[in-house]
Amino acid sequence: MEFFLVSLLNGVSYGLLLFMLSSGLTLIFSMMGVLNFAHASFYMLGAYFAYQISTAVGFWPALVLAPLLVGVVGGAIERYGLRRVHRYGHVPELLFTFGLAYLIEEVVHLIWGRIAVDYRIPEALDFGAFQVFDSLYPAYRVFMMAVSIAMLGALYWTLTRTRIGLIIRAALTHADMVQALGHNVPRVFMLVFGGGCALAALAGVIGGNAFVTEPAMAAAVGSIVFVVIVVGGLGSLAGAFIASLAIGVIQTFAVALDWSLLDTFREVGWTGEAARAIGTIKLSQFAPVLPYILMVLILIFRPRGLLGRRDT
Amino acid sequence: MLSVSNLHAFYGKSHVLHGVNLFVGRGEIVSLLGRNGVGRSTTIKAIMGLVSARGTVAFQGRDDLVGLKPHEIALRGLGYVPEDRAIFPDITVRENLLLGSKGRQATPRWTMDDMFALFPRLEERADTAAGVLSGGEQQMLTLCRTLIGDPDLIMIDEPTEGLAPLIVGQVAELLREIKRRGVSILLVEQKLAIALDISDRVYVMGHGAVVFEGTPAQLRENDRVRKEWLAV
Ligand SMILES: Nc1ncnc2c1ncn2[C@@H]1O[C@H](COP(=O)(O)OP(=O)(O)O)[C@@H](O)[C@H]1O
Ligand SMILES: [Mg+2]
Repeated sequence: MEFFLVSLLNGVSYGLLLFMLSSGLTLIFSMMGVLNFAHASFYMLGAYFAYQISTAVGFWPALVLAPLLVGVVGGAIERYGLRRVHRYGHVPELLFTFGLAYLIEEVVHLIWGRIAVDYRIPEALDFGAFQVFDSLYPAYRVFMMAVSIAMLGALYWTLTRTRIGLIIRAALTHADMVQALGHNVPRVFMLVFGGGCALAALAGVIGGNAFVTEPAMAAAVGSIVFVVIVVGGLGSLAGAFIASLAIGVIQTFAVALDWSLLDTFREVGWTGEAARAIGTIKLSQFAPVLPYILMVLILIFRPRGLLGRRDT
Repeated sequence: MLSVSNLHAFYGKSHVLHGVNLFVGRGEIVSLLGRNGVGRSTTIKAIMGLVSARGTVAFQGRDDLVGLKPHEIALRGLGYVPEDRAIFPDITVRENLLLGSKGRQATPRWTMDDMFALFPRLEERADTAAGVLSGGEQQMLTLCRTLIGDPDLIMIDEPTEGLAPLIVGQVAELLREIKRRGVSILLVEQKLAIALDISDRVYVMGHGAVVFEGTPAQLRENDRVRKEWLAV
């Protein structure tokens, strides 16, 4: 029971983090028709920027500054890069974002090196928040969830209650028509791209220290986020939300279940070769591929994803 | 007030308009006629900045429209109603209308209440998703959405296509009302009878250029043009 609750909480907090990434990616994809391969690179930039800023002035300023900076970088990349490539069609756009992902990775290698940096949870949040049966649930996890939920609320509010949100929702189906009605759609694209990058960066700021901040983090998270939006249905925010939580929880359970199997074996005093073999084969090898298995199943039985509209 | 000269338009490498010339005066209804595929829609899109074009488009005394972005052209006072209607299906009828508003003119010719008075049906359905409206209702919605932006000239592409006769009559009545409020209309209309009935002047297009211009009466008398360029 304790194991179940803790894993569920961890799974949800991871899932919310995935949604911070997949929501931006989904919005960018449905508005601009670009699958941004570099999206997770902005997640990584967020983590590294936060690391750098927090060594200078602490975690709290980093929490605000890093996403803002990355948002500005993202907006500029849209304005001066992607927009120019756009007129040559979708394939060059895809190649552009692909190249961008490599470029960002190389820049990270260059500045911060190839191994993980020591980006840590702030001391103010490094304590147990509440008791889950026998163990303390870490406050930082609670903080992650709070930030994610606040962001989710802000995103929902912006999309449903503001004029720019209305323009974004309309542009999801007929961007040209929105522009012909007198709205500066290219500027809205830039804001959405920058905003999506800022969201990804925020996920990096709060996730980079909970997990690891290293050059491989972009590729690792990027492929999961890709799975999320395929499973949720390309272009569907609600689908991305459900898929984020589902994959967050499934993966957390898969990993955790395995550890606990080993632990259980250990507890009963069975530490032999066989125990280790059984304990590790079962799920730990499956955990990383589980999302992909889910994706393949979805692609077979429901190619447009959970809530997607078009068949892609 | 709108004057188009030597307009060329391109979809990628394919050259679709070959020097279109036309003129719409203040308060006029002008129709653009022709068979399918001759470039009527493209003409309107090119004026609106939605396809790449060369040539000169002058509007309300400024002749620099070619090369501007669609939203800049819209803000100059040109309205566009596309043939595929392009309603925003997932947002409500009211939100569709709100998007038409540019939110800057102090005393627009048309308000949301005007629209609801003209089409009570839209008011009844104000808070439903626009995607569930019938074809006729969607057509009214697109027209109203553009009108709320208070254009001085509105370009309307095949507004009666696929509509029941009763609704076609309503559309024609709305077009007359638009004219009464001092808005010029550039109309693409497939139904010759309606076009001849409500237009002040007409242009007939063939193969990406204008092949006839005149009044509806002149076109009625010109069997050769009607046979060669309009008969199906
Ligand atoms: N998006 C497009 N891409 C390429 N060619 C197009 C496109 N739209 C229209 N055309 C071509 O341009 C020509 C004019 O089309 P259009 O302006 O839509 O004609 P009309 O509105 O008079 O029926 C046609 O030959 C059509 O095939
Ligand atoms: Mg047409």
